[in-house]
Amino acid sequence: MAALGESFGRGSMTNHYCDLKNADVILIMGSNAAEHHPIAFKWILRAKEKGAAIIHVDPRYTRTSARCDFHVPLRSGTDIAFLGGMINYIMENNKYFKDYVLNYTNASFIVDGGFYFKDGLFSGYDAKNRKYDKGTWTFEKDSDGVPRRDMTLQHPRSVFQLLKKHYSRYTLDKVSSITGVSKENLLKVYEIYSATGVPDKAGTECYALGWTHHTVGSQNIRTMAIIQLLLGNMGIAGGGINALRGEPNVQGSTDHCILYGNLPGYLKMPVSSLDSLDKYLKKCTPVSNDPQSANYYANYPKFFVSFLKSLWNDKATKDNEFGYDWLPKMDDGKAYSTMHMFDAMYDGKVKGYFCVGADTALSTPNSNKVRKAMENLDWLVGENIFNNETYEFWRGPGVDPTKIKTECFLLPASASMEKEGSQSNSGRWVQWKYKAAEASGDAIPVGEIEIKIMAEVKKLYEKEGGPGAEAIVNLKWDYLDRKGRMDVLKVAQQINGHFTQDLVVDGKTIKKGSLCPTFGMLKDDGSTACGNWIMSGSFGADGENRMMRRGKEDPTGLGLFPNWSFAWPVNRRVIYNRASCDVNGKPYNPQRKLLEWTGDKWVGDVPDGPWPPMADKEKGKYPFIMKQDGVASLFGPGMAEGPFSEHYEPLESPLEKNPMSSQRTNPAIEIFKGEMDVFASASEKFPYVCTTYSCTEHWCTGALTRWQAWLLEAMPELYVEIGEKLAKEKGIKNGERIKVISARGEAPCVAMVTKRFKPFQVEGKTVHQVGMPFNYGWLYPEKGKGGDSTNRLTPTVGCPNTFCPEYKAFMVNVVKL
Amino acid sequence: MSKPELIKLIDTTLCTACRGCQVACKQWNEMPGLRTKQWGSYQNPPDLQWNTWTLIRFQEYEASNGDFKWLFRKDGCMHCADAACVKVCPSGALYHTEFGTVGLHSSLCIGCKACIAACPFDTPRYNPQTDKILKCDLCYDRLKNDELPTCVKSCPTGALTIGRKEDMITKAYSRVRELGGDANVYGDKFVGGTHVLYVLDEKPEVYDKLPEKPRVPLTIIAWKDWLKPLSLLAAGGVIVGSFFHYIIHGPKDTSGGDQANQGGGE
Repeated sequence: MAALGESFGRGSMTNHYCDLKNADVILIMGSNAAEHHPIAFKWILRAKEKGAAIIHVDPRYTRTSARCDFHVPLRSGTDIAFLGGMINYIMENNKYFKDYVLNYTNASFIVDGGFYFKDGLFSGYDAKNRKYDKGTWTFEKDSDGVPRRDMTLQHPRSVFQLLKKHYSRYTLDKVSSITGVSKENLLKVYEIYSATGVPDKAGTECYALGWTHHTVGSQNIRTMAIIQLLLGNMGIAGGGINALRGEPNVQGSTDHCILYGNLPGYLKMPVSSLDSLDKYLKKCTPVSNDPQSANYYANYPKFFVSFLKSLWNDKATKDNEFGYDWLPKMDDGKAYSTMHMFDAMYDGKVKGYFCVGADTALSTPNSNKVRKAMENLDWLVGENIFNNETYEFWRGPGVDPTKIKTECFLLPASASMEKEGSQSNSGRWVQWKYKAAEASGDAIPVGEIEIKIMAEVKKLYEKEGGPGAEAIVNLKWDYLDRKGRMDVLKVAQQINGHFTQDLVVDGKTIKKGSLCPTFGMLKDDGSTACGNWIMSGSFGADGENRMMRRGKEDPTGLGLFPNWSFAWPVNRRVIYNRASCDVNGKPYNPQRKLLEWTGDKWVGDVPDGPWPPMADKEKGKYPFIMKQDGVASLFGPGMAEGPFSEHYEPLESPLEKNPMSSQRTNPAIEIFKGEMDVFASASEKFPYVCTTYSCTEHWCTGALTRWQAWLLEAMPELYVEIGEKLAKEKGIKNGERIKVISARGEAPCVAMVTKRFKPFQVEGKTVHQVGMPFNYGWLYPEKGKGGDSTNRLTPTVGCPNTFCPEYKAFMVNVVKL
Repeated sequence: MSKPELIKLIDTTLCTACRGCQVACKQWNEMPGLRTKQWGSYQNPPDLQWNTWTLIRFQEYEASNGDFKWLFRKDGCMHCADAACVKVCPSGALYHTEFGTVGLHSSLCIGCKACIAACPFDTPRYNPQTDKILKCDLCYDRLKNDELPTCVKSCPTGALTIGRKEDMITKAYSRVRELGGDANVYGDKFVGGTHVLYVLDEKPEVYDKLPEKPRVPLTIIAWKDWLKPLSLLAAGGVIVGSFFHYIIHGPKDTSGGDQANQGGGE
């Protein structure tokens, strides 16, 4: 999400499932799509049937590999090296789409003279705090404050030349030696994929947790973003970077701010130094002096003030800065991810814990630490369909219940089929769904539980007061219907937004209380309230719930299905779609015409901005309207560890040195220093790379699926996949019970000896890799018969941009029992 | 309305081994999930069993040229036209349906297991608790109601499809032509043609537990195709003889036995 936002302007899947059928080449890397996104994979197979090349790059040969044209194994944690080599190949062989690169990216921008990259570090590194001062990661500007450009792309400090130089270090020999991929395989992928750098070909990339679960997670995606921009694959049918999101509803939950640094609609959570609304808005609202840059986030104050109005309604006024003071603030420079939360809990700083729809005692890295941390809690509240290992931590393996003081509650929640509401899929389609069955027993929707708890809290504050009482007492909190149940429609309408007073717009009177049909009508003066600006338009002004739409028309034949549900933003199916046309608005590929400028309007998909194409110097705008400069970022200064990506070894790796530089690991990662946060890199005790994943048959920690007898029958217990060669060396037989150990813990399991893991040749030595699913827990199958969490092995470390943990590359040993 | 003869096509080149079919089959047919062990394979239960009428077989295959493939094959009843199981079934529990598939009247099954020995594909399974045979009936109840078999319904990739016999045979062969190489159609050339066809990526002999040349066992052919007609002929002979005996000798004294019945008895 961080990388996509930085590169293109929005942190989401750029295209959508059905659009995968339009691709000429599909690179599946960082994803096991067939196993985890079977429906997305249907569309991938459709592309294949039409002759598209499907490539799978993954440490392990999986069910996805079996259906691709070919599989290329690479060592876990070396994706940037692999893709860096591809960038080098594209630049060396002039495979980039010049027209696109020149007009739609910041390739021609001139970078500040103080910027440099040296031996693995960019300018401005502060080793003590493991952070960068980004003062030199900026562009030169002319007297009008517009970034200077060199349209010949020859300036030595142009982004284009800096990029070329940076990635020229990723030679075939170097990349092959780091990744363990043969040069022949590297060239094969590079050639096939870079052939899409022409106007009439589309290449797309599908990734998932295989890229995000790394200390360099965001930069993995950034590297691909650079490739897609060089090849002109963004904003086109069959192109894009498609972050496949599955049932955990990553798309919906990030849209609605599950991440600690976000408010709904990707608005930013304020920090304490921004102590007035003015300061905050100034910080968050980008300014562009380029008249051709739409700089759509200039509207930030409208989205934000409308959000404050949705929280506090009449109580939020201009005089009290719409209640900005009441909004909680984060400490400057502090992070609040799950890993940080458990670290604080381990230190005894967190006393109470709401664990909703999650099983963190299994799912969070270093689960031995997590379980220990929970022993410090005074109280724990669970909300879930089933009981799980987190709610039962007090009687988990090795825990003496008599020593645990925590008071635990488990509130029964209804399942997704037992409630009505909206559900967002990976392609940003927000689809209304209906209740199919009544929940059993006392179970109610999680939303209703929250509404009821908060109502009680509000009453208590009204009666007793307390610190920050205003924020709670003034809250608009009327989301129950007359029967005392959650009024889902009312919540959805609050999210969509409405007018808080009578208004006259374009001569038409809009009545107070009527729904806002688009975020284009939101205001920063308190006359609109909107819970999540990107969802504005999910209802029409007439009250139509567009999420309920089920029209199957497909006028373009590209699978856009514009009348099926609502896609944010404003029902646009492929974002950045104006980049599918040249500067005059003519489609680059007339065979797959997503959009076309007819002289006075755009025809096709909902255009990404109504303005004419950029050749119109007066009214025209650049296509990446959510970026300050209107163009996509080859140079991305918003990232924590550098505007270009760079290969760093995982925190635990088989190598003592990073072959690319003397900077072994990502310089911006936070190292947790608790006594249970131990690491062992390049250690003889833990010589094998381990990666973790899910399987088709189970969902996440298995907290829902292990109770399902048919699924448990198909995948009954924890296993480790081991290559035949390693198994032979260790004398391990297929089906034998063994254990996998890391510096942090051990996991007894069954050995699955397979041809699907092959050893890698890395820096002149043989490196074995093994892999384990993370779908098992001690509670069920009973008595730990199915094994316990694989995260007893994983390290507490993650990507510095998102703090998404490193589940995919760490070091272990495999031991016979 | 007459029902068409149907064929279910399993295109192994589109299968992702998600096992949606394996689970959907249990759901529709109300078969329980049983406790299994991880035995070093994704394939679980390890084989077809009384509660598992269809199973994805996972096979790691290295071709002679070193190319590696992970082969997935959905195993289950092939619904033979010349079905050995129907031939040997003494109680009429196994029968040919109007769709050409092989149905099972569970209430008639006497648990004799003759079909297990007879089936060239090793499909029927015995449940000792109920003393019955169980196997796929291609969702006969669903077909009768113009619904897809549940495995086909659950398949996300189009690896499983069903349709009129002639259409599916055409589809299978055109798919094989498109695939080229060793791709082949499996099922139409033996046991009278099966009502489940495979499009295989590799030659049949490559696949585990897939008979290269399946056929109805000779003993069954001997018994059921030759000796049974003979016995009928014998029985018929007795009837004809009795008739002439009657013509010639007139009605027998009622104190005698019923020779015709005895002669024709099976």
